Amino acid sequence: MTGDGATDDRWFDDAAGPVVRPYAMTRGRTRSAAEDKLDLIAVVVADRVTPGSAADQTLSPEHIDIVELSRDTPQSVAELAAELDLPVGVVRVLIGDLLHAALVRVSRPVPPAELPDERILREVINGLRAL
Amino acid sequence: MVYGHSDPGRSHIIEPVTLKILVAGGFGAGKTTLVGAVSEIKPLRTEELLTEAGRPVDNIAGVEGKKTTTVAMDFGRITLREDLVLYLFGTPGQDRFWFLWDELATGALGAVVLADTRRLEDCFAAVDYFERRGIAFTVAVNCFEGADNYPEESVREALDLDPGTPVVMCDARERESVKRVLISVVEHAMLATAATS
Ligand SMILES: Nc1nc2c(ncn2[C@@H]2O[C@H](COP(=O)(O)OP(=O)(O)OP(=O)(O)O)[C@@H](O)[C@H]2O)c(=O)[nH]1
Ligand SMILES: [Mg+2]
Repeated sequence: MTGDGATDDRWFDDAAGPVVRPYAMTRGRTRSAAEDKLDLIAVVVADRVTPGSAADQTLSPEHIDIVELSRDTPQSVAELAAELDLPVGVVRVLIGDLLHAALVRVSRPVPPAELPDERILREVINGLRAL
Repeated sequence: MVYGHSDPGRSHIIEPVTLKILVAGGFGAGKTTLVGAVSEIKPLRTEELLTEAGRPVDNIAGVEGKKTTTVAMDFGRITLREDLVLYLFGTPGQDRFWFLWDELATGALGAVVLADTRRLEDCFAAVDYFERRGIAFTVAVNCFEGADNYPEESVREALDLDPGTPVVMCDARERESVKRVLISVVEHAMLATAATS
């Protein structure tokens, strides 16, 4: 779709999804230092500190959304992207900022290059059987 | 591995171990249906922004001039235990999005290749891909009309599968059926791990 979208102030069209604004949100950055490591299933956890207390003027509402969403329930990168309706690449950059500001932690217990050990696989099988 | 700054006084939120299984297959093979049948959440979508060339956008400058599009990956979640969560990711079907497969495939526990017997050739690419990457996969023959005319042996032959690759019949709409498919993937992954260690 190449709709002109000029008729109103929407910054997206239905087919294309958000195009310009998300990257404006990251000030044009599409890479962050941590990005390579941020798998879609990496888990983001915000510690119980109010983002306000960091008094960080550079946080966007989307940064704050991420912190709030991951405060009580750890959230995967994929879930955050879906929840915020933003492309994964954008969410990675935002998480990178939050990591840098020490407002969130990201845990990735299973090194991505390896398979989880047999014990975990067995637990997965048992868990699936029990569903 | 990436960790944020650690803080000894942090709360005791349980951080689950997360695992992922990929669901591949041709157009309309039933990937979204399969994910939805076992997911505890309605399948969600994540999107990646792409330029015309089919690569993620690197830089905002010039974006307006190029055609950008998004590619969606749908995913579901199964909380097996409070501390163990399995994600299922439907892979984008088109060949030009394979770099997204690479990303999805990294660290994946295994994969499901959903086969529609009316168009078996649609899953050649997925079978090739997982074989080359050494990712454990199960071929799930989705029970569309006429699938019963296709016994396991002929699927195996048509796809030229390694003898160890499981082939299971499934109905992607049925939770129990999909559970069986997933268990098969994990069992196969376990054998593969044992074989290489
Ligand atoms: N009879 C039958 N129909 C099915 C089965 N699984 C899926 N369908 C139907 O097949 C159609 C396509 O299923 P989807 O789950 O959307 O397939 P998909 O692979 O996600 O499709 P794309 O994302 O477009 O490639 C839907 O109308 C489903 O209801 C099955 O096991 N048996
Ligand atoms: Mg689909």
